[in-house]
Amino acid sequence: MPFQLFQKIRNTIEQVVGGGRGVDEELYEELEASLIQADINVQTTQRLIGALRRAVEEEGIRSIQQAVEALKREMVAILEVGDPSTMGLKEASLPPTLYLVVGVNGVGKTTTIAKIAHMLQSRGKRVILAAGDTFRAAAIDQLAEWAQRTGTDLVRHREGADPSAVIYDAIRAARARSVDYVIADTAGRLHTRSNLMEELRKIHRVAERELERVPDEVLLVLDATTGQNAISQAKLFMKYIPITGIVLTKLDGTARGGIVLSIADDLKLPIKLVGTGERLEALEEFNARRFVDRLLEV
Amino acid sequence: MFDSLSEKLQNVFMRLRGKGRVTEADVNEAVREVRLALLEADVSLPVVRDFIGRIREKALGVEVLESLQPWQQVIDIVYKEMVALLGQQQAPLNVASTPPTIVMLCGLQGTGKTTLAAKLGTFLKKQGHRPLLVACDIYRPAAIKQLQVLGEQAELPVYALPEDQRKGPPTIARMAVEYARQHANDFVILDTAGRLAIDDELMDELGQMRAFVQPHEVILVVDAMVGQDAVNFAEQFHKRLALTGFVMTKLDGDTRGGAALSIRAVTGVPIKFIGTGEKLDAFEPFYPDRMAQRILGMGDILSLIEKA
Ligand SMILES: Nc1nc2c(ncn2[C@@H]2O[C@H](COP(=O)(O)OP(=O)(O)OP(=O)(O)O)[C@@H](O)[C@H]2O)c(=O)[nH]1
Ligand SMILES: Nc1nc2c(ncn2[C@@H]2O[C@H](COP(=O)(O)OP(=O)(O)OP(=O)(O)O)[C@@H](O)[C@H]2O)c(=O)[nH]1
Ligand SMILES: [Mg+2]
Ligand SMILES: [Mg+2]
Repeated sequence: MPFQLFQKIRNTIEQVVGGGRGVDEELYEELEASLIQADINVQTTQRLIGALRRAVEEEGIRSIQQAVEALKREMVAILEVGDPSTMGLKEASLPPTLYLVVGVNGVGKTTTIAKIAHMLQSRGKRVILAAGDTFRAAAIDQLAEWAQRTGTDLVRHREGADPSAVIYDAIRAARARSVDYVIADTAGRLHTRSNLMEELRKIHRVAERELERVPDEVLLVLDATTGQNAISQAKLFMKYIPITGIVLTKLDGTARGGIVLSIADDLKLPIKLVGTGERLEALEEFNARRFVDRLLEV
Repeated sequence: MFDSLSEKLQNVFMRLRGKGRVTEADVNEAVREVRLALLEADVSLPVVRDFIGRIREKALGVEVLESLQPWQQVIDIVYKEMVALLGQQQAPLNVASTPPTIVMLCGLQGTGKTTLAAKLGTFLKKQGHRPLLVACDIYRPAAIKQLQVLGEQAELPVYALPEDQRKGPPTIARMAVEYARQHANDFVILDTAGRLAIDDELMDELGQMRAFVQPHEVILVVDAMVGQDAVNFAEQFHKRLALTGFVMTKLDGDTRGGAALSIRAVTGVPIKFIGTGEKLDAFEPFYPDRMAQRILGMGDILSLIEKA
């Protein structure tokens, strides 16, 4: 049975922390296995283990707790990319602030938009949602229902309409009604579909022209259950539009979402928000330390 | 990155030219490359370890054939072993001896269940069947509407309760099966809400639905981009629902789809279909050999082996 082995790996860290063992080869192997099983890619994993080895040597680390702590420190350092002051969502000095939300199919874009709207409304802001997914069956109805539940305005066109036009209208409506924020939904699209990616470029361009600046946030939504493919997603989305940050959804499951560590490492994209459920309140600001603790939890 | 597995193996064995037998050290080196390729394809670590163990055994002591380079032989072993693990042959849908055949779809959030209901319906309709789609997702905003719109596109009937008629999904499923009997629908496809395998309440609901309608197929819909977690939730869904099949969706992208190997290895349950796009005809039977080639990033390698 392969799964006895699996069970063994999962249990090791626990045993190790409990027992009187010191830092040895087996520990490195166990840690490496946990990192890989959290979906961190092999390259980042090896870099991390290499850094840990150096730290153990240089700092004379003996105990396993200290070693794990050093590893976590290294991971947090990778995750804290960019300027810490821009970790939250940016707000425009000249309203409306525009957030454009993009990603592959089914990752949680529409739900995340509802959650962000809810968060802003509860801070007394006014929000318009732009139903930019004019493609998927009942995608507009889904956003409309969220708009109703959160008490936000909605700008929608018919199914099949040009998504750029919807977002353009939403920006104008926000100005006319003095609304502070526009959050634009887009249809899920695989990053490998170049025609759909061109469409996204157009949406971005139209929004930029109307705003006379780039959108304040272009959020790439990634599903925490996603494996290595998330790197390809991030790379290709970045190629077409300037992504400003990542939203990592579905962290309430058993997946660890470690691939964002490789993305932060490789692509220097900050993770801004985390989705932890299907309810409106299930949205948190990303906290590197908390994320890392959870990632190595047994 | 992945496409170089064959190149890497070629390099490993380059210096072997003229040797009659593959040594343990050569095999170990080759196996390391295979391991890396599998991890990069999202095959879960325990499955990789198990798989690699078997490959090592088989690769050791392989006589180097005149016509083949050792790397080709290792690839050949890996490939054949993987096809076997993936199920060897195409697995058909279980069909009821007395209709209707009931197919229950379940899975994590956003994997493609609702779309798949309509795709499977379209596929069956083309074969002359009369499927009924059933909206059992009463939780997600506009989930019922989504199935209705898809049903309209596919020209398939959709069974849904009006919003004021509050019934639980297991009851809806039971009512739909009754409806299907009366309306001569020979397939009933149940779309359920996405859920986490650790959500006890919602998992119990599926268990109850299963007990109520005794489906002939209980299918877990899996996003092909999924990573290491696949073994966890596949095992849990299987434990609670005794799955009869898997469908892998979103294989139209550039994911290797190594999770196919993981879920099959931990549950022994066959993968029956794949989804290859958002359109309703983007749906195909699952072929183990094609999937193995995809996971390994093989393409041209196969023709090399075949020629030998
Ligand atoms: N468990 C969990 N489910 C989530 C989370 N975020 C979204 N979901 C669920 O994931 C599914 C897909 O969410 P959507 O918001 O429709 O995803 P999307 O990216 O807009 O999908 P498309 O528009 O079809 O590409 C829904 O069932 C959501 O309820 C989360 O943080 N945790
Ligand atoms: N590219 C691609 N997209 C797909 C495929 N199957 C489904 N999708 C898309 O994935 C997204 C989610 O599909 P749904 O059918 O709504 O998924 P679901 O599992 O019913 O989602 P929930 O009910 O929210 O859990 C939608 O945008 C679909 O169009 C596929 O094979 N390829
Ligand atoms: Mg959406
Ligand atoms: Mg659905």
